[in-house]
Order: sequence, then C-alpha cells, then structure tokens
Amino acid sequence: MAQALFNIFVFPGFLFVAAFGLTAEYIDRKLYALMQNRIGPPWFQPLADFIKLSAKEDVVPQHADKLVFKLMPIVAMTSILTAFIYIPMWGSNALFAFKGDLVVVMYLLTVPTLTYFLGGWYSRSVYSMIGAARSLTQLFAYEIPLFLSILAPAMLADTWSLSGISEYFSTHPWAILFNIVGFVIAIIALLGKLEKVPFDIPEAETEIVAGAFTEYSGRLLAMFRLAIDMELVVGASLLAAVFLPFGLHYGPAAGFALYLVKVLFIIGLISLARTIVARLRIDQMINFCWKVIAPLAFLQFLADLILKGVHN
Amino acid sequence: MFRPGKMTSQVLRSLFKKPVTSLYPFVKTPMPKNFRGKLRFYQERCIGCKMCMRDCPSAAITIKPVGDKKFIAEIDLARCLYCAQCVDTCPKKALEATPDFELAQLEHGKLKVVFGDTSPVSTKTETK
Amino acid sequence: MPEREVKLTIGPQHPMLKEPESFLLTLRGEKITEMTVRLGYNHRGIEKACEQRTYIQDMYLVERVCGICSHSHSMCLAQTIEEIAGLQVPKRGLYIRTLVAELERIHSHLLWLGVAGHEIGFDTLLMYAWRDRELVMDILAIISGNRVNYGMNVIGGAKRDITPDQIPQILAAVDTLEERTKYYIHVGTEEITLRERLSGVGKLSKEDAIRLGAAGPTVRASGVDRDTRRDDPYGAYGELSFDVVTDNHCDVYGRTLVRLGELMQAYKLIRQILKNLPEGPIAIKAPRKIPAGQAIGRYEAPRGEDVHYVKANGTDKPERVKLRAPTLANVQAVAHMLKDGYLADTPIVIAAIDPCFSCTDRAIATTNLDNGRTDRMEWPALRTYGIDWYSKQGIDFAELNRKLRTMRESN
Repeated sequence: MAQALFNIFVFPGFLFVAAFGLTAEYIDRKLYALMQNRIGPPWFQPLADFIKLSAKEDVVPQHADKLVFKLMPIVAMTSILTAFIYIPMWGSNALFAFKGDLVVVMYLLTVPTLTYFLGGWYSRSVYSMIGAARSLTQLFAYEIPLFLSILAPAMLADTWSLSGISEYFSTHPWAILFNIVGFVIAIIALLGKLEKVPFDIPEAETEIVAGAFTEYSGRLLAMFRLAIDMELVVGASLLAAVFLPFGLHYGPAAGFALYLVKVLFIIGLISLARTIVARLRIDQMINFCWKVIAPLAFLQFLADLILKGVHN
Repeated sequence: MFRPGKMTSQVLRSLFKKPVTSLYPFVKTPMPKNFRGKLRFYQERCIGCKMCMRDCPSAAITIKPVGDKKFIAEIDLARCLYCAQCVDTCPKKALEATPDFELAQLEHGKLKVVFGDTSPVSTKTETK
Repeated sequence: MPEREVKLTIGPQHPMLKEPESFLLTLRGEKITEMTVRLGYNHRGIEKACEQRTYIQDMYLVERVCGICSHSHSMCLAQTIEEIAGLQVPKRGLYIRTLVAELERIHSHLLWLGVAGHEIGFDTLLMYAWRDRELVMDILAIISGNRVNYGMNVIGGAKRDITPDQIPQILAAVDTLEERTKYYIHVGTEEITLRERLSGVGKLSKEDAIRLGAAGPTVRASGVDRDTRRDDPYGAYGELSFDVVTDNHCDVYGRTLVRLGELMQAYKLIRQILKNLPEGPIAIKAPRKIPAGQAIGRYEAPRGEDVHYVKANGTDKPERVKLRAPTLANVQAVAHMLKDGYLADTPIVIAAIDPCFSCTDRAIATTNLDNGRTDRMEWPALRTYGIDWYSKQGIDFAELNRKLRTMRESN
C-alpha cells in the first residue's frame, strides 16, 4: 500500500512528472530562446510562474458552468498521470502493464484535449468557445496519424502492450530503423496534441487571446499549464518508448539516464520544429494532416504489415 | 523552390552563438555622443534672456533670478521631452545635454530639479 | 463550429493590437461575414494643440504623432512651413534629411517584418528581424543622438551634421543589413508555412485599391505605380535614382515583397546619398514668424503618403494644422480585405497595412443636415454627462472624492 502510494504521488507519479514537466518546459523555452538568439528564462521560471499563478485569485466567469470549469484542469492532470504509469522508463517494463495498455494510454492522452474543449466551451466566452471548437477540430486531424504511426510498430511487435513493444524492439533493434517515417509523423502529430507552433491554432494568441484558456486564471490556470507540461513529458516518453528503445538492459541507473536523454532529444526536436515554422490556419492544418500525414502514416502501417508477413 | 524549414540552419547556428540580448542594468551600453539626456546648466553663462523658456515645447524649464545677474534653472524632468531645443536656442550656451538618462524616481517631487547655486551672492561655480 | 453567427470584438485591448482600436467581426464559423472598424481610442488632439504652440514647438509635437515614422511627420511639416515661408533649404540639409528618412524606412519595414511574423505565430522571424533592426537603430542614434524621435529637422534644414567618421559606420551597417534582407527575401519566398499564410490573404484588387484610396506599400502591392518620392520629389529624391517597387500579387504576400524590395532600394539610396553628400551649411536661419499663407506638403512615409496642411497667419503660431497619416487612407481597405476572409487571417491582414492608429485617430463631429446642429459636446456638458452616467451605474463621485480626501488627510 505504502509502495503504491509512493509510486502514485512521488515517483514515478505526480511529483516526479510535475518536476520533470516544469524542467521540460524550461528546456523547451530555453532552447527556443537560444535558437532565436535570445537569453531565455532562468531555470526556475516555470516553477515561479506556477507558484505565482497558484497564489492568485480564481475567477470563474459568471455564465460559466462552474463545476465543469473547475473540474477540467484536474481531469486533464489525472488522465495524463494515469497514462504515464503505463509507459516504460528504464528497462522494458513499465510500473503497471497489462495486455493492451497501449490503447488505454492513447485514449488517456486524448482526454486532455477533451478537457480543453469542455473547459473552454463552458467558459461561455467567445474567444474560449472558438478556441475550444478549434482544439476539437484539430483533434480529429492529428489523432488518426498519431494512432496509425504508433500502432504500426505495435503490430510489428505483435503486442498491444507498451512494455511488450519496448521488449520486442530492444531485441530487434534493426526493426526500428524501419519506423523512421512513423517517428517523424508521430512528432508532427505530437505537436498538434501539445498545441505548439505550427499547430497552436486553438490558442493562437494574436487571434483569440489564449483560446480555451482565456477565462482561466489563478490555480485553475496553473493546473492547466502544469497539465500541458506533463503532457509534453508523457508524450515524449511515449515516443521514446515506442520509437527509441535502445539500451534497455544496462540496469536502472543507466537506463534512467538514457531515458532522460531520449525524452530531452524529443523535446529538442519539438523546440526546433516550433522555431522554424509559422502557425498554420485551421483549414491548412486539416488539409496537411489528412492529405500528407495520414496517407504517410497509412503507408508506414502497410509497410510494417508487409514486413511482418515477409519476416514470418 | 519551396523549402520547409528554410531557417533551420540559421536557427541551429544561433544555438551556439552568444545571445544578442543586452544585460541592461548590469552591462550598460555607452550612449551616443550627441544623445539628449538630462540637462546641465552653466550658471555663470546664463544671461537670463529666457529664450529657452519660450521655445520649450512642454514648458519644463523655468529660469529665475536669484541675485544680481544670477539665475537658476528649474527643470521638471517629468515634463521634459529631452528634445534639447533649449540647448540649441540658448545664445550663450549655458545649457548642455548630458548622456544621463536614468532619471526614474519613486517620488514625483524628486523630478523637479533646481540647477545652479540659489544663494544671491555671486560665485563662479559650475553645477551639474 | 456552430453555424450561427458569432460577434467577436477585437480590441480595444487585444494581443493582436499594439495600439487600442476596435474591430467588430461577425463570424460564421471561421469565416468573416462582416467587419466594422471603430477609430477614436487614441485621439490626442494634436492638430488643435499645434495651433496653440509656436512653429518651433510644433516640430517636436508633430514628431511625436507616431513613434515609428517620427521623422516623416516632422520632415513633412518642415517642408510645408518652408513652402509658406519661401525658405530654400541648403543642399546638404536636404541630403541629411533624406538619409534619415531612408534609415527610418529601413527601421520601419524591418519592424513590420517582425510584427508580421509574430501575427502569424512565427516568432523566430520577429526576433531575427528586430535583432537586425538594432543595427539601423544604432546608426540613427549615432547620427541624431536618439533611437526614436530623432529631432533631425528644423525649419530651414537639418539639425545635426554628418561627420566624415560616421560615413564608414553607416556603410558597414548597410552592408550587413543588405545581406540580411536578402536572406529574408529567401525566407519569405521559400519557407512554405510563411507563404501559405501570406499568399491569397487580404486580397485587394487594383481597382479597389484606387477606389478605396489606399496608400504606400498597400497600394503598390496591388500593382499601382504610385510613390510620392518619384511623382512629386522632395528632399534630395529628385537627384537620386531608385526604382518604385510594385507587385501584382495583390495580397499580403505582395505587400511583404514590396516592403522587402523597398528595403533593398533604401540601401541603394543611402549609398548614393553618402557618395554624393554635398558640402556647405546644413540649415538656414528661419524666421520665428511665418508670413501668412497656406501650403500642403506630401511625403512618402514608410506606411504610405503622409499629407500635411498648414495655414499661417503671420504670427509665430499656425492658424490651422491638418495631418493625414497613411493609416487613415488604408484603414478602409482593411474592412474590404477582411470580408469573406478567415478569422485566423485577421491579425496579418490588419498588420499588413502596417497600421499606426495613433497617427490616424480623429475626433469626428457629425452634423445633422436637417437642423444644422452638430453633436459635438463642450467640456462642461461632457463632464455632466460623465457624472450622470456613472451615478446611474451606482458610482457617486462626491462620495468617492470625500473618501479619498479623508484617506489623504489621515496619511
């Protein structure tokens, strides 16, 4: 019991993910700044922002649905945390694993977007509602490519469990080279999931202020922001587990260090991607996802299917 | 012709370059030679013609006599535009712009500055 | 999106806007069906204030109409006053004025490039363009002493001379900037996300541009060959050779290309000016009292044609000053451009005219044609109206003032 509580709240649960999430936000912002030839924030900036926001008053709009409005940040955070415990960090075994946890993780990672939608929609502000509608529209565009690109290696490994996938690829490291296209697609789709440039359409600052989060303030906003940071870590960990399963058999310490390197590498790629492009329009984003990314993901899936047939 | 991520190489090079942000309060850049900052008043040169008062766009400068052919300049730093028109107008070059621009004060009263020796006795000192 | 119409107010306070202004958009989904612009949040009464100040003071007041095109306004006013007074500005003075004008154009267009990048979520472009803009700001500071509000114009010439040791510094900065601008032209034409966001957005056909009276890069990007610098030369432009950059894209992409092209022309102009800088005095002494008369001055500011009208009555104060900033000419075109556009394109379309609302804002008095009454309010009436309005909201100023007084006294 004590062990389980420790796992949930401290490591690798809430505290660890929160700390890692804030660090990830710092690294992302710092890299973004350095790439723009700026200095960037000091290391404690995300934490300072969090503390500052937590100390502020929560303002709930008069016409908002109070329950939904207040509940959504918590739902977002819990679903992300729940997803995290199924993702293997060191070694090929996650803390909890069962047959088919991959599907559960994928769905749990869809929940935050839904909470952004609900939180924004029930704020009853025009900006929030437009932002909410946009995040839902965007969800339908990136979710399919993301699922396809992650299911392709799963099918190759012949398992629906993340730990199983890691296990398979650490014994067949050559097979992962085959999934490079899938990796690129997954990174692009993850940008959509995390609502980062070029897919930060739902919270496009210059158009709709902060999108779904326009009406949020104080603790609730702090929680939402923490949830987004955690989502960054969990999303990167998921991609690291599926697409970069190297060196899983060097013991916990080396494995953990390697895990951090992998996640930071993916965060670095995300920072780079958001530095070099402009924000797309929602119609362009959907066109891009359905006409370029989704067919590519489908081809990757087919290629894996054929490879599997040939291999067996 | 179309290249996605055209800026990639520059962006990656900046990653290893020194940031261009100037660390202002810690590292101060020198002001250009003819910068128009806080004024300096040479009391002994002032003849009290009040041309500067007439030309000041914001009525920030007041010349007051304190003794026999001795004048002080009162400048409201909050009103001053730092255009240095008074410096150009002054026929005796009794006013000069300095590179001093850090003039923020917590109290409004401190923004009213009196230049020059207020005692009516004639002295030949130069004040800043 | 719901298919019913949504009214979205942008401004007066909104992250998109750098200055307060209000736009009311009617949306159907993501499409804009209607747009209304409401000006007037930035009205400062500068024209009226000009009438109460001397010409020397007006030069500084008008310089502060706009933070970016400060030299444009003051040079335009100086030209207009010189026209009335019949002053012949020395050659060197004209060249120095023109030099600062072109440097200002560079800084304004680089600023615009950054803002445009920011409006479409391309912050890297913002940071890079503004980093490079620092070079030209430093040059302006070296020449004039200040980074903005250069104060380089006096009636009758230029205020500060260019020393021979400044020339190599300016040329070196211009070389670097030219190289950077070439890079931005490459980025603008090749980076796919940027082109996707700029092409086909904010269409303004040649006919509409002329009909709506657009000015500056906005009208030139619609294929209209119109530039005051060439059509009605002022300063030293008559003696310099340069091309008027036009473009036939008629959209935001075209406006970007025009501005980048104008940057390249500005570098060419600066090199010519520094090469042919004549010797001699920089200014002649202007009288304090300007003889009676009136004149209109035209000036090609970075944002478009700036028009000043001055009426002098023989005293040292003007009787009437009228400014028409380029944004006022372009703002009608914006409403047209946004119609049937996407909400996501609103920021970039508004930014594409390089708006400067503080230049533009006017108090508008309407006259009822039936009874000839104006709806203008005098100060006491406005004050009573304000007090009444707040008391209806339950705010009593007498009570508040009393509280404030007791608070002050207790301190």
